Amino acid sequence: MAKLYEYQSKKLLHDAGIRIPQGGLAGTPEEARELAEALGKPVVLKIQTWVTGRAALGGIQFAETPEEAEEKARGLLGLKVKAYVIDRILVEEKLAIRAEYFAGLVMDDARKVPLLVFSSTGGSGVEEIARHSPDKIVTIPIDVRTGLREFETRDLAHKAGLTGPIQLQVADVLVRLYKAARTVEARSAEVNPLVLAEDGNIYAADCHLVVDDYAVHRHPELGIEIAREFDRPPTVLEKIAYKVEEKDHRGTFYFLEMAENRAESGPVEGAGADADEILIGFHGAGGGGSMMSMDAVQAKGFKTANYCDTSGNPPASKVYRAAKIILSQPGLRGYFASGSGVASQEQYNSARGLVKAFIEEGLEIPAVIRLGGNCEEEAIRILAAYLKRIPGRVEGYGRDDLPEFCAGRMEELIRESGGARHAVGNIPPPAPPEGCYGFDTLTGRVSFNHDRCRKCVSKACVGACTPGILKVENDLPVLAVSPEDARRGKCTECLACEIQCRFHERAAIFIELPIPGLEAYRKSL
Amino acid sequence: MSILVDERSRVIIQGITGREGMARTRLMKEYGTNVVGGVTPGRGGQEVEGVPVFDSVEEAREKTGPVDISVIFVPAALVRDAALEALAADVKLLVLVPDRVPIYDVLEIARTAEDKGARFVGPNTLGLLSPGKAVLGMIGGRAERAREWFLRGPVGVSSRSGGMTSSIAYYLSKAGIGLSTIVHVGGDPIIGTSHPEVMALFQDDPETKLAVMFGEIGTTQEERVADLIQSGRFTKPLIAYIGGKAAKSGTRFSHAGAIVEGGRGSYETKVQRLREAGAHVVDAIADIPKKAAELLATATEA
Ligand code: SF4
Ligand code: SF4
Repeated sequence: MAKLYEYQSKKLLHDAGIRIPQGGLAGTPEEARELAEALGKPVVLKIQTWVTGRAALGGIQFAETPEEAEEKARGLLGLKVKAYVIDRILVEEKLAIRAEYFAGLVMDDARKVPLLVFSSTGGSGVEEIARHSPDKIVTIPIDVRTGLREFETRDLAHKAGLTGPIQLQVADVLVRLYKAARTVEARSAEVNPLVLAEDGNIYAADCHLVVDDYAVHRHPELGIEIAREFDRPPTVLEKIAYKVEEKDHRGTFYFLEMAENRAESGPVEGAGADADEILIGFHGAGGGGSMMSMDAVQAKGFKTANYCDTSGNPPASKVYRAAKIILSQPGLRGYFASGSGVASQEQYNSARGLVKAFIEEGLEIPAVIRLGGNCEEEAIRILAAYLKRIPGRVEGYGRDDLPEFCAGRMEELIRESGGARHAVGNIPPPAPPEGCYGFDTLTGRVSFNHDRCRKCVSKACVGACTPGILKVENDLPVLAVSPEDARRGKCTECLACEIQCRFHERAAIFIELPIPGLEAYRKSL
Repeated sequence: MSILVDERSRVIIQGITGREGMARTRLMKEYGTNVVGGVTPGRGGQEVEGVPVFDSVEEAREKTGPVDISVIFVPAALVRDAALEALAADVKLLVLVPDRVPIYDVLEIARTAEDKGARFVGPNTLGLLSPGKAVLGMIGGRAERAREWFLRGPVGVSSRSGGMTSSIAYYLSKAGIGLSTIVHVGGDPIIGTSHPEVMALFQDDPETKLAVMFGEIGTTQEERVADLIQSGRFTKPLIAYIGGKAAKSGTRFSHAGAIVEGGRGSYETKVQRLREAGAHVVDAIADIPKKAAELLATATEA
């Protein structure tokens, strides 16, 4: 669910013909003063954030004069909400309120319809009112094929106890509210309060729309950065992860830093430094299995630094990138990967992605990897065979080992590791020699150091490539398909050739899988 | 018996010539699903895994006979159109496999299905499987695995997580407890067939003696199952696991959501409501087979 800020939501309502208070957005105290001057009347200043309950946070202030507006704005801008700094406030005319209503749109999962909700009492106490006098709340299911019609909202307003011209005005606003929400494909909309002002007009005094993640791509006009549910702006690392996901639709990759674990203990480094707190890098697979696995880790008293999910048969390259991003969080004491246990995807892809990442990182902390599902035996064998020389101990498990057991292993290994902590370094992966043979893949590049290949008898890379896109020509491994085809996805980025050559031949293959922004981020830590 | 699908159900696959469509057609056929045709507009006349391809659902029905079920594998943006086409051709059960189908598209499908007296599973579902009879979608991944992992028997499984559908079914089978039908209801907020609807089907299925439900935080599905039990419309024993205990409820519900759901949706309310209703809520997946064995033993004694 992509949340829109109040000012964005209001603009959409305004475009749909609903009155909103006059005003504008300010990024500096001076701008706030100018806006107040232009309005020429008392104003309200509201911090722009996705967190609810702004008034309680002191995020809503009133000012009688432009000078006061500037001063109040100075206090609001820079305010910290859940470790995120407020950089924008909305400066609006203060309405003379006669009555406050509540209007909202919500998805009713039981009836599978959008539901319009209206209450003739609005404001901050609306949930209380709903609890104590549910009769004050009226709702109407919307037929998505016909849309909301005026006679329906008139009826609704009437049921809520409104009469006369107010009933008609409110009915009109409700029709427009649904239209605005439907146009941007909002999953929910909330106008609280909807205000009847002394001038006799109805205003949307506050509004929050949440756009359907899956429809965000149909609405580039909204400029939504990350189509994900957050109650705060995304972190740098989350943005980096999101870019990876955006560029590669094979399988899904979801990454979220656990803000609450940061907020309570300062930056992640601080959390790691606290002796009582053990921070785990979490790598799940599949929503339900990930959640269950995270429950198991947290039941051991560990804190998860992040939530991550790679599933839906992701290529090895995606799992590799996810691991690199997880390992960009300092202070981790363990790496825990676990999903449902019986995944239908071929698990050796995940195993290879992890092998490449762990080797590049020189992983110094223990890792428990539960890769249950199709081909898990091979996946576990890959982990065991290729990760025995890194400093951190890695154990692989399959479908018959439950998350609770694996979390127990994590505990044990962390104890044995003697307090090893993950330090985020910037170890560049080994680079191929300049100008060597290679080809582009969907998201990276495969290069060969052919000088080494000449002495290689096995040409094992060719056999390792299950998609069969490599062949031997003049005693050297080369592409068996056109570079164009390789780039379009014939090379599945399975990483099998690189791992095979690295461990059984001469480490002549280099697969580069760039993660834009990650290097700079690591340097900034 | 089983619910929703068995070896006789006549199944078509929309999007049969796509990458997923082809791969899963093979799984379904190898497992025993009665796949009678496939549909890809513009590809009529081809064959995929020995299955004839038609240009439309209507044509598939004309040429192959009645169609009971359509499994849809088209890209997310085209799901709405494909589903409406199948409904127009009077197909009564759709399985919408794709992920990321926009919510208003799902609502429109739901509205049309209601008019047509049809049902759909998904979107964002791995599908469903009646052991030894048929699979719809992609549960099991490969036919030989699906045969090995899922035994036939008295337990019905309904899960909001695809992976956990297979996992729970696998752990039960491994403990020697077989399954009537396992259903991944789908991971999205609005789905065609939610937990309470699956439970109602299990209630009417004589083969199902016990149901297992994997719930998650959010939506009102689990609470509605509790309602079903309390109103006497679901009377078989139910084992439930609710995932997401650790996911701090940082995502606060909107006012409107809170008003409508009346405080439902959280881990605590789900567990509490289910326990009140008499369901067996377990804290670990490992407890499911144990509990199931125990409950089945008492059921046979009685
Ligand atoms: S296995 Fe390695 S060294 Fe041998 S041919 Fe292939 S890339 Fe070259
Ligand atoms: S060349 Fe072949 S083995 Fe190497 S990554 Fe590509 S598909 Fe995999």
